[in-house]
Amino acid sequence: MLKRVKEIIEEQLNLENVDITEDTRFKEDLGVDSLDLFELVMAFEEEYGVEIPSEELEGLTTVGAVIDYMKDKGVDA
Amino acid sequence: MLKGKVALVTGAGRGIGREIALTLGKNGATVIVNYNGSKEKAEETVAAITAQGGTAEAIQCNVASFEESNQMVQDILAKYGRVDILVNNAGITKDNLIMRMTEADYDAVMDTNLKGAFHMIRHLSRTFLKQRSGRIINISSVSGVMGNAGQSNYAASKAGLIGLTKSVARELASRGICVNAVAPGFIETEMTEVLSDEVKENVKNVVPLGRMGTTQDVAELVLFLAGDKAGYITGQVLHVDGGLAM
Ligand SMILES: NC(=O)c1ccc[n+]([C@@H]2O[C@H](COP(=O)([O-])OP(=O)(O)OC[C@H]3O[C@@H](n4cnc5c(N)ncnc54)[C@H](O)[C@@H]3O)[C@@H](O)[C@H]2O)c1
Repeated sequence: MLKRVKEIIEEQLNLENVDITEDTRFKEDLGVDSLDLFELVMAFEEEYGVEIPSEELEGLTTVGAVIDYMKDKGVDA
Repeated sequence: MLKGKVALVTGAGRGIGREIALTLGKNGATVIVNYNGSKEKAEETVAAITAQGGTAEAIQCNVASFEESNQMVQDILAKYGRVDILVNNAGITKDNLIMRMTEADYDAVMDTNLKGAFHMIRHLSRTFLKQRSGRIINISSVSGVMGNAGQSNYAASKAGLIGLTKSVARELASRGICVNAVAPGFIETEMTEVLSDEVKENVKNVVPLGRMGTTQDVAELVLFLAGDKAGYITGQVLHVDGGLAM
């Protein structure tokens, strides 16, 4: 799943050749603001067909946390 | 000027909204003419746009309803795929002195004028974000800036629109989305037709330009704000009031 998640992040944030691992933090490492994060979440929702409620956003600070959340919701990819 | 753009104007069956719809349509935009009550009036607006060689469609929806306005937005997106210009024009008055104002009259005015605009912006914000472009124009009023005896509910809703405008302008600015409020003064429409001759006569004395405004006066400003030339203007309250408030 990391590969596709990485692609979505690069696409959304217009990034190229950045090192993205499960430990990558959205805010600190990628410099995303709250709107970026919102758009990323929309993209993940679209890709994986899950709804991420606003209350959950706070916990999703790293790429790994997003992947875990998706897996938790039954997404297997 | 607006070729390829999709514009949604709420409450566009008559008055200022109708004129805005006609003006945007004349300049090439595909116009969604929203109405709540009168289908015939909305169809008339559509026919007038089509007669000018434009494209338009009437859609019924009470903007005071969160669900209905969401449904309208989803229907529009399903059909047109985008919305570039949102004009929150739908508005009502239920005037009374504060000691006589009922809760129902206060709520009704707030629900349509202020909450209606919130609903529309809320439901379209994702689309604007994705497009990385969009224009939101909220029709406020000089009453919302200066206050007006007998219109505490209406003035509160129109002042609220200004706060909404400025906050959303800040939230969405980084994505190239411009949000502005237009504050008309006394404009000749069915809304102001009911004013007494005495009030109308008095308008000439209090308005520096000495006359009521026309719906075209308002529509021309909205057209400008909707167009490419206004891309560096956001979070503003622009008055079309003959100098009434300055
Ligand atoms: N006429 C003026 O002098 C004046 C001055 C300042 C501001 N304004 C504002 O300009 C806007 C248009 O005013 P107007 O003079 O053309 O009034 P109007 O009454 O002629 O038109 C308002 C339109 O909004 C529609 N509407 C009302 N409630 C609705 C709802 N819940 N959902 C969808 N549509 C709804 C009505 O059906 C009507 O077509 C209003 O927001 C008004 O407050 C008007």
